[in-house]
Amino acid sequence: MAVAVTQAPARPFARPKSEHGFWSWISTVDHKRIGILYGVTAFLFFLVGGTEALLIRLQLAGPNGKILTAEEYNQLFTMHGTTMIFLVVMPTAAAFGNYFVPILIGARDVAFPRLNAFGYWAFLAGGLFLYSSFLLGGAPDGGWFGYAPQTIGKFNPGHGIDFWLIGLIITGIGSLTAAANFIVTTLNLRAPGMTLMRMPVFVWMNLVVSFLLLFAIPVITVALFELFFDRHFGSNFFNANLGGDPVLWQHLFWLFGHPEVYILILPAMGIVSEVLPVFSRKPLFGYSVVVFSGIAIGFMGWGVWAHHMFAVGLGPVANSAFAASTMFIAVPTGVKIFNWLATTWGGDLRLKTPMLFALGFIGEFTIGGLSGVTHSIVPSDYQQTDTYYVVAHFHYVLFGGAILGLFAGVYYWFPAVTGKLLDEKLGKIHFWLIIIGLNLTFGPMHILGLQGQPRRTYQYPKGMGWEMWNGIETLGAFIIALSILVFIVNALKTARSKEMAPPDPWDARTLEWTIPAPPPAYNFAEIPVVHARDDFWHRKYTEDENGRLVRIPAGGADEASGVTEHGGGGTTTAEHDDHGDGHGHGIHMPSPSYFPALAGLGIFIIGYGAIYHWWIGAIGGLILLAGIFGWGNEPLAEEH
Amino acid sequence: MRRGLAGRLRRLRVAAIPAVLVFLASCASHAPQDSLKAHGPVARKEDNLFVAVFIVAALVFFLVEFLLFASVFKHRHRPGRPDPIQVHGNTKLELGWTVVPALLLVGVAFPTIFTIFDLAKEPTKNVLPVEVYGHMWWWEYRYPTLGISTANEMHIPTKTPVRLSLRTIEPGLPAAKGEDFAAGVIHSFWVPPLAGKQDVVPGRVNKLTIQADEPGDYPGQCAEYCNLSHANMRLRVVAQTQNDFQAWVVQQAKPVVVPGGGDAAAGYKLFTGRGTCIGCHTMQGVQGATARVGPNLTHLMGREKFAGDTFDINPENLNRWIHNPSKMKPMRPEQGTGMPDLVDTGPHLTDTEINQLVAFLTTLK
Amino acid sequence: MQAAIAPAPHTPAPGDHDYAVTGIDSRKLGMWGFLASECLFFGALISSHLLYRARAPQGVKLPHDVYDIPYTSVSSFVLLMSSLTMVLALAAIQRGDHRRLRLWLLATAFLGTVFIGGQVYEFTTFTHHGVNLSSSVAASSFFLLTGFHGVHVTVGILWLMSLVGISLRGQLPAEKHLQVEIAGLYWHFVDVVWILIFTVVYLVPNHH
Repeated sequence: MAVAVTQAPARPFARPKSEHGFWSWISTVDHKRIGILYGVTAFLFFLVGGTEALLIRLQLAGPNGKILTAEEYNQLFTMHGTTMIFLVVMPTAAAFGNYFVPILIGARDVAFPRLNAFGYWAFLAGGLFLYSSFLLGGAPDGGWFGYAPQTIGKFNPGHGIDFWLIGLIITGIGSLTAAANFIVTTLNLRAPGMTLMRMPVFVWMNLVVSFLLLFAIPVITVALFELFFDRHFGSNFFNANLGGDPVLWQHLFWLFGHPEVYILILPAMGIVSEVLPVFSRKPLFGYSVVVFSGIAIGFMGWGVWAHHMFAVGLGPVANSAFAASTMFIAVPTGVKIFNWLATTWGGDLRLKTPMLFALGFIGEFTIGGLSGVTHSIVPSDYQQTDTYYVVAHFHYVLFGGAILGLFAGVYYWFPAVTGKLLDEKLGKIHFWLIIIGLNLTFGPMHILGLQGQPRRTYQYPKGMGWEMWNGIETLGAFIIALSILVFIVNALKTARSKEMAPPDPWDARTLEWTIPAPPPAYNFAEIPVVHARDDFWHRKYTEDENGRLVRIPAGGADEASGVTEHGGGGTTTAEHDDHGDGHGHGIHMPSPSYFPALAGLGIFIIGYGAIYHWWIGAIGGLILLAGIFGWGNEPLAEEH
Repeated sequence: MRRGLAGRLRRLRVAAIPAVLVFLASCASHAPQDSLKAHGPVARKEDNLFVAVFIVAALVFFLVEFLLFASVFKHRHRPGRPDPIQVHGNTKLELGWTVVPALLLVGVAFPTIFTIFDLAKEPTKNVLPVEVYGHMWWWEYRYPTLGISTANEMHIPTKTPVRLSLRTIEPGLPAAKGEDFAAGVIHSFWVPPLAGKQDVVPGRVNKLTIQADEPGDYPGQCAEYCNLSHANMRLRVVAQTQNDFQAWVVQQAKPVVVPGGGDAAAGYKLFTGRGTCIGCHTMQGVQGATARVGPNLTHLMGREKFAGDTFDINPENLNRWIHNPSKMKPMRPEQGTGMPDLVDTGPHLTDTEINQLVAFLTTLK
Repeated sequence: MQAAIAPAPHTPAPGDHDYAVTGIDSRKLGMWGFLASECLFFGALISSHLLYRARAPQGVKLPHDVYDIPYTSVSSFVLLMSSLTMVLALAAIQRGDHRRLRLWLLATAFLGTVFIGGQVYEFTTFTHHGVNLSSSVAASSFFLLTGFHGVHVTVGILWLMSLVGISLRGQLPAEKHLQVEIAGLYWHFVDVVWILIFTVVYLVPNHH
């Protein structure tokens, strides 16, 4: 460290020291706190998006619904989709990735802690910006896919679409920085012995997702800018009268949009790959194959985008090519499902709540995956596309898949974050209610789609034969809402409870269970040395010649691993000296900083400048510059 | 604890709901827009392919769900059970469940691609061309070989391939230099009993063949979100015998029958004058009344419904409509898409005048 | 003149802020990741332009009709030379020559500014010929692509100037040469993108 060269930092750039209270959350660069910020914020957006869904279902419960006007409905379904995708599923996966990837690879934090914080602030800024539209003239009503030309100024004046465009550009910046951060972290900060093929599957899936984000976000960003320029600066990218081609929007959007759905599902698949082995007490069947399938899905996901455009008229050659590529991406997906089933087969299944959600994922995602295969049959997709059959398909994979998988993660990792276990009984009630609810809500949509009900319609007439199933679906939606209420009760009850879980409550396999819960700021007192995949499991158990488990006596430290058995809530003398912040160990954790949040604020204000007045944007720009300037000038660590 | 057989069976039941429901689809109560009840060869080809693949998918579904439940039932923890044998993988199984699904999909791919090309073929024998124009939020049809035009309700002869050319226009908006009309937004023409949908995209002319086996009323609607009244952009295809169809064509070609007197005559005067109706609506036989901003009303009473095949055609509905169109069907006339309010703006029609217009409209057989 | 940097005795250990399993410094790896995403960003812009390059309403000039290839060749050369000066700047800090570092950084920024100035002049000329953001989709896609590229160059110029400022404050010693190297990676990338744009957009003829 070139201490002699640096001068004492000017006061404004001294790193903040607060560790508790509101401002400590604003200035945190601790990946665990950032994970909690992502998770709590995403859950709040989940409640909002869910309310939007309930309103939609109330409107559609009967024919000629009068609860919402056409305008209101169109805004609600736009916001529901945009919220669930960009403000719920992606940030919840980021929450788990942020909290656990560093710990799972034996690191102390991510490669760029301040950039990590900035990613969260960009997400919050984008979400709040998008929602401010409700108060500023109306929310966007172009659908989450914003097809031109119904979103160009000629057909959609007003600011709604602009809030959508800029909100997504802002959240996209956050996703991009998070992706780069995760890639560098995963490649560079693995503990000794943590080779790539020893990493937990969740880390692998997060890595694939990060690459997908890295390459997909720029493409939609270009589309969003092109549409913004059409609306405000007179360009004509999507104005057919002046040479523009609305299909270009679709190509750009879906080139992003298809990898996006793998971005949405792979983290949940990673979580399922962690939970099943722990609760089956057997290793993941076919680890390498599961990992390579995930990578294959990541690659192949770039070659299927036009299956969202089968009815656009691209011609039989293009349609056939994309039909084939879409069929074949089902192969690695199916391989994963079979490997998961084989993991449970012959195991000793503990049907605790995390396991129930993981098993539920398999059951429900399979339905969504199969309806996806029927979509690849282009001629019958001519009937299915743009109907409730599609709505059924993606809700099965996104709700029955991603949401169930993410809930598995919540129940599984709750003790690792808080040191407490969520209530098992309430957890099971949540699970059964959500299973019943989601199947009642989304199952009949297959039928309605085949019976001719199109999507994105604010009402349907009498006499179509659609009343009964729509009514059932509305009931199902409220059952889902009830299940979420049960979850909230569970979370609040557990937060208030003083009962702590034992260390390693699930008898798990990976490194996050070797450290105290809640973890200290520095994660590991000593960086572990890893000897095998599922290293923690192998410190507890070995296999006899028949492949049966043999417990290693407790307290018998494996000297070579360099880590003692003291995981979970236990303490060692070293940790007694430690105030949880590393000082007692001489571990320097990255210091907090306000500048990522300041930069996020700057971008937030620039957004309003882009819609209203240039000088608002200038103010935002100055704040952003101040943020970047401070970020670059503050000392790397607090002075002692 | 709900762990026993009861719990398993309950889980089986709820997870089986979707599959069973989809099977019930074909035996559902009267669903006129059902895509699985094909009434023409195009829909039939699409249908058959779907049913075949669906059966395969359903078998896979039952296999996977069965394995899931069997595993849970057989291997759930019971006290005293030893820890399981630690199996890491099995190459044969991996190969098997990679290759078998791949082969299944290859098997599915062949008929799929064959049908894609089959459906894309231009029909050659006995074809009736119809130009379809998607407006916000209604359908215009022009028959180039028959010299007629109508709206929302397309009549076709049975057992005849009808080749649709799909375009989207907004005559209510300023056209670009060199173009006749402003391009519209994307729509999708969909009449499920006869054929799958094809999008109507500005800047291109997509084609779709539809054909009906027997006479009947086949409902459909726009299937690509076109903002405000997308839900109200319905349509119907009326298939008729050759004779009935010819009679219909002859009727459509006739110019308006000018009413002799009374309210209807006053209404005709308003329609072609102060009411400004011919500024948007075609009225055959009236000099210069060829506008395409709104539907051709010359033979309005020959249709079942109006305003995007949404409302029954009767005097009360017509009256309410002229009074305040956007109240019945959300539209944006101030942006050039939709029928304006003729009472509070424009000609400021009175109740009497509206009654006269309705009286005229109801003579338009 | 400061001495050349001594070989670093410090080997990063796990948990250290500069630990890197791949052997590539995290900040450098991060920049490579960012540049990879930029490939897709410019790729999408270039693809939009390739689709639209020959589309203009009747009687309206295409960008291709108003290109001044010799002029743009000169400004491309200027930008290319700025990559050379960037390399020289990095070499300077690596041997501890801080005056030369600042000189070459300023030269790079200067050449970049000349390039931007040249583009401003070029685009103003285009608008006088009736080729502007709204005149045709060919022009829309041209201006969006080159405009975003220009924004990237400008950000680079500001970055280089701030490096000069940091060096003047004595806070850019030879051991921190990575900071210059990373700026160099960005700058070279922006230059390479321009080579691509110049070739694909300006030089490749339209097929009518």
